Amino acid sequence: MDIKLQQVSYAYSKGTPFEKYALHDVELSIASGTYEAIIGHTGSGKSTILQHFNGLLKPSSGTVHIGDRVVEAGKKAKELKPIRQKVGIVFQFPEHQLFEETVLKDIMFGPMNFGVSEKDAEKRARELITLVGLPDNILEKSPFDLSGGQMRRVAIAGVLAMEPEVIVLDEPTAGLDPRGQKEIMDLFYTLHKEKGLTTILVTHSMEDAARYADRIAIMHEGKCVLTGEPRALFADSATLAKYRLEPPRVVRFQHKVEQMIGKKLSKVCLIEEELAEELGQAIREGRAEQ
Amino acid sequence: MSEILSFNHITFSYTPENAEARKAVQDVSFSVNQGEWIAIVGHNGSGKSTMAKLMCGLLFPEQGEVRIKRDVLTEENLWEIRSQIGMVFQNPDNQFVGATVQDDVAFSLENNGVPYEEMVIRVKEALEQVKMEGFINHEPHHLSGGQKQRVAIAGALAMYPQILILDEATSMLDPQGREEVLKTVQALREKIGLTVLSITHDLEEALLADRVIFMNDGKKYAEGTPAEIFALGDQLVDFGLDLPFATKMTKLLQAQGVQLVGQHMTEEELVNDLWTSNFNK
Ligand SMILES: Nc1ncnc2c1ncn2[C@@H]1O[C@H](COP(=O)(O)OP(=O)(O)OP(=O)(O)O)[C@@H](O)[C@H]1O
Ligand SMILES: Nc1ncnc2c1ncn2[C@@H]1O[C@H](COP(=O)(O)OP(=O)(O)OP(=O)(O)O)[C@@H](O)[C@H]1O
Ligand SMILES: [Mg+2]
Ligand SMILES: [Mg+2]
Repeated sequence: MDIKLQQVSYAYSKGTPFEKYALHDVELSIASGTYEAIIGHTGSGKSTILQHFNGLLKPSSGTVHIGDRVVEAGKKAKELKPIRQKVGIVFQFPEHQLFEETVLKDIMFGPMNFGVSEKDAEKRARELITLVGLPDNILEKSPFDLSGGQMRRVAIAGVLAMEPEVIVLDEPTAGLDPRGQKEIMDLFYTLHKEKGLTTILVTHSMEDAARYADRIAIMHEGKCVLTGEPRALFADSATLAKYRLEPPRVVRFQHKVEQMIGKKLSKVCLIEEELAEELGQAIREGRAEQ
Repeated sequence: MSEILSFNHITFSYTPENAEARKAVQDVSFSVNQGEWIAIVGHNGSGKSTMAKLMCGLLFPEQGEVRIKRDVLTEENLWEIRSQIGMVFQNPDNQFVGATVQDDVAFSLENNGVPYEEMVIRVKEALEQVKMEGFINHEPHHLSGGQKQRVAIAGALAMYPQILILDEATSMLDPQGREEVLKTVQALREKIGLTVLSITHDLEEALLADRVIFMNDGKKYAEGTPAEIFALGDQLVDFGLDLPFATKMTKLLQAQGVQLVGQHMTEEELVNDLWTSNFNK
């Protein structure tokens, strides 16, 4: 499902003394099947943009295309329910999307709301709870009697249970333990590849953006100021700095190494494995020359 | 060095009626000296937030005692002791009480009888420290995730606490914002000898601590300097953590046949070893 924002502006509390524009004329196209990362400093408008992807927020001006649906400022949007099913959002604060009495009911709610039978919904919930790294017995607990990271995992299971075509993730790893961060990001990536999903990741982790995304969009003060491929984008530290961002740790480390050896490697490496390979090769070539 | 906080064989269960259920915190002891920076790490559900709540008397232990400056924390001295502790919760929404950002930051000052003039100064100072001075009249719940965390931190700083407890307080800040907050806290440590207990999943942050407490399933699995804890290697991964960047990078380089002498925790060490073992010959 393609997603396209044209000239989208959004004001919170529009028409009141508290009116506040959080988005200004945002242009953004995300082609079906893309893994898109959206990065930007605190308050740049990332969470606001995300909520336009399933019609949760309607633009104050401009147009949002979600597949064949159009959400336009000033017009009443047609039936958005099918969109809510196809576009699943994992919110920045998991508490905002948990509400049932038990974890099991919470995960089953979405699918059943969209017509999946109770039996199938329960089956999905039981499979997913393991997939997000939680023990079965947590299904009977109240989602509010969980630790922060456990809540996050339940919220993720709830969205996956809907089997969406587009997965929108707002800081999905905040609160997860380090191993969980890696496992959950790998899980999203596997689903992305296997099911041909469109995945949109809002993150402060430049490392995750570099590792997983096909494309990156930079938000700055309510505008989408730059889009591009990770390698080109993260090679340009000066531009990133303008938006109060910096390249991933591995790229910064590469710069340090290059400075030390007084020579550039053949490319900017986005992940640790790649840098190890490049450096290994550079060192072997250096030895051969001697 | 004087002790400022200690846990003495603390056990806590959210479901005391169920004797078989695993305790959220089980027989945990440790002691913190004034001015120390302690990182608490561990897998999801390992008991970290529960410990934070026990430290400031939001929960009371089933067994054992919490001491703050040698006084056992009780219902009686709770308010007096709490005025010395700044706490930032894992979810900032749970901690907001004021209708505006400035009211919120002022709230606990008002409760502690800080005179109005001083309160105004402290609120302004705290909001400047977290770069939120432009948001004083905003409603705290209507902020972005990172802005909420900043306001929650300002609320704790404005108290001029002797002990600051951060429960994943920077998890939604951008990398620069995270660094700024850590710097602010460091500066306060140097200036007033602030004691910091920081619960974090950010291992690079844990590396900066004086000491690390490593929790597993409600029990203290290990305690030591960052070097001692990260020397546990694969055990870290088994219990939900990961290796620091430099350690992972070292392993990957060695797998590529790059000669390196040691296991490294910091980038500086690794860069130096890379140089001496491979280039400077
Ligand atoms: N409910 C709201 N009412 C009014 N203003 C809001 C509301 N939510 C967010 N804002 C404002 O809109 C701007 C953009 O917020 P948004 O939540 O989209 O930022 P973000 O990029 O997601 O930031 P973060 O990385 O901190 O989560 C911010 O200045 C914020 O204060
Ligand atoms: N209000 C509650 N009622 C019942 N059980 C709870 C409650 N809060 C936490 N627990 C349970 O107590 C255990 C410890 O939780 P705690 O919140 O202390 O973990 P944590 O180490 O902070 O985890 P995280 O990294 O996910 O924040 C977990 O198994 C959790 O499910
Ligand atoms: Mg946000
Ligand atoms: Mg916690």
